[in-house]
Amino acid sequence: MDSIKSWLARSGMGSVLILALIIVVVFPLTMDLFRLNLVGKYLTYAFVAVGLVMLWGYGGVLSLGQGVFFGLGGYMMAMFMKLEASDPETTKIQSTPGIPDFMDWNQITELPLWWEPFRHLPLALLAVLLVPTVLAFIISFAMFRRRVGGVYFAIITQAVCLILTVLIVGQQGYTGGVNGITDLKTILGWDTRTDEAKYILYFLNAGLLIAAILLCRWIQLSKLGTLLLAMRDKEDRVRFSGYDVSMFKVFAFCLAAMLSAIGGAMFVLQVGFMSPSLVGIVPSIEMVIFAAVGGRMSLVGAVYGALLVNFGKTYFSESFPDLWLFLMAALFIGVVLAFPNGLAGLYESHVKPRLGKRKDKPASGANSTPSSDVPPAIPLHSGASHGGKPLARTALPDGVQGTSA
Amino acid sequence: MSNTDFVLAVEDLTVSFDGFKAIDALTLYVDRGELRVIIGPNGAGKTTLLDLICGKTRASGGSIKFKNIEMTKMAEHKIVRSGIGRKFQTPSIYENLSVFKNLEVSFPRGRSVFGALGFRCTDEVKARVQSVADEISLGDSLDIEAGLLSHGQKQWLEIGMLLMQEPELLMLDEPIAGMSVRERELTGELLQRICKGRSVIVIEHDMDFVKRIAHKVTVMHQGKILAEGSMDKVQNDPKVIDVYLGH
Repeated sequence: MDSIKSWLARSGMGSVLILALIIVVVFPLTMDLFRLNLVGKYLTYAFVAVGLVMLWGYGGVLSLGQGVFFGLGGYMMAMFMKLEASDPETTKIQSTPGIPDFMDWNQITELPLWWEPFRHLPLALLAVLLVPTVLAFIISFAMFRRRVGGVYFAIITQAVCLILTVLIVGQQGYTGGVNGITDLKTILGWDTRTDEAKYILYFLNAGLLIAAILLCRWIQLSKLGTLLLAMRDKEDRVRFSGYDVSMFKVFAFCLAAMLSAIGGAMFVLQVGFMSPSLVGIVPSIEMVIFAAVGGRMSLVGAVYGALLVNFGKTYFSESFPDLWLFLMAALFIGVVLAFPNGLAGLYESHVKPRLGKRKDKPASGANSTPSSDVPPAIPLHSGASHGGKPLARTALPDGVQGTSA
Repeated sequence: MSNTDFVLAVEDLTVSFDGFKAIDALTLYVDRGELRVIIGPNGAGKTTLLDLICGKTRASGGSIKFKNIEMTKMAEHKIVRSGIGRKFQTPSIYENLSVFKNLEVSFPRGRSVFGALGFRCTDEVKARVQSVADEISLGDSLDIEAGLLSHGQKQWLEIGMLLMQEPELLMLDEPIAGMSVRERELTGELLQRICKGRSVIVIEHDMDFVKRIAHKVTVMHQGKILAEGSMDKVQNDPKVIDVYLGH
């Protein structure tokens, strides 16, 4: 029993278990289907937030363009469902039956070749996973190889967001344009709009999310997780310990992209449409806020962050539609300034020590390992210690400073 | 540019920053098993030289050969993997990780992305971490967060991280900066021990320390080599006295 307990504490599995209970048991029991479906939608954003914990919290790479991958994953899924919904029978009033309605409206008379693979579910699912990941690989490989990082990388991800949005909107004959891809009904004849299907999809989504968290937790506990943390703090030291730092960042970026894509596909399955409004700059930044509020160092926290911010969004945007954006911005600034590690950070610093005290008292001298497994906070100012260099040195010739001996 | 018996052969190396030549046609050979100390006034180009050897800065011209392999175009991590370890001037350790993790991460296995995913901390790794930690007098501090170590201990830890990689050439930039007298002594002994079986280049300012450890001393000035030889010889060189020691 004790070994199970210590394993739970060490691997952080306890909090995952609690989260799993909440989303798999508590929510379905206490909410009506409409609310549950809404939660399901929020949980698809949680995939992005979990990916951002790995990329931003652990890897130290801020991406403001996760909507690209969320959107691409969603579009891949939507394209399959759209083709299935556009069989010649139901679209016989179109001038070209058998192609999606928006193509017909745009005087396209033949299904474009690159849509063909999406007639097959396995190919479409493969595309959900691979297309965003390959794009992420190309972007990040090109950037990180050239040591582009920090703010510049964030700006480039924003640019990618904008490019993809413009592309989707501009090519409306092929993509559905600003309306996106709508009227999605079935997968291989299985209607996704029934109550039963909604429950099944909710649980599928919840299961995948827990699996994603476990995968990320496993990565965090591996040497790769340690290296990501090490890179974030002392990139040069990692590089000069024989590691190809750029490839580790590429990995983190691709991982985050793939998780986002799964979220996007689950979004389409549960909500029933995909549009460029989910690809753009604003949703991408919102997704970063989910991770920031929940805590960028905590996988579980990111899920709570996604849920809370979205509940807030739903509530406030219903009551004060004009104020919501300001509130959201204030929330983000407040979190970054006051608790840089979000809700999870608050829990670690305020709730956990008290819980620990209470538990430790009866357990006589049980050697509780102090929070060594807790991911370290992001140092606000690193490099506070600098070597007390001997100051008395010979005077320099002018203009030689800065090159440093 | 012929092949040599030296472990490190730097020939005609030049680097210029906006026209200013930080290293100017410098030639330097380091023997196997040698402990070389580089001294020189601020701005002489000592750190830049180490940066060039480990690939942090790219040369404008000339060649750096390590075991007769050209290094000037190689990626940094490949230079490290070929056997060159570099300690930075300010202690560069992972402050948020434990001493054990700091050393474990430096173990030269699982260096690719998927290699790191599959890396297991085996008994062999643990034994190696323990032996290196003992070597750097941190054997009892493995579980301590590295950020809590004293300044001198941080310096040792970084040296230990390099020892984990078993480099054939070790480059240390001011390893005793900010150390107490006792720590300096221990570091001197440590350097004497670790230069067995490998070559070590040390940049240092403390002349007493240099005298104690150096096999051979190179004096740099304005990107060039001013003098080279034993400490006694160098100390009595009028050129050296003029620019550096004669105060």
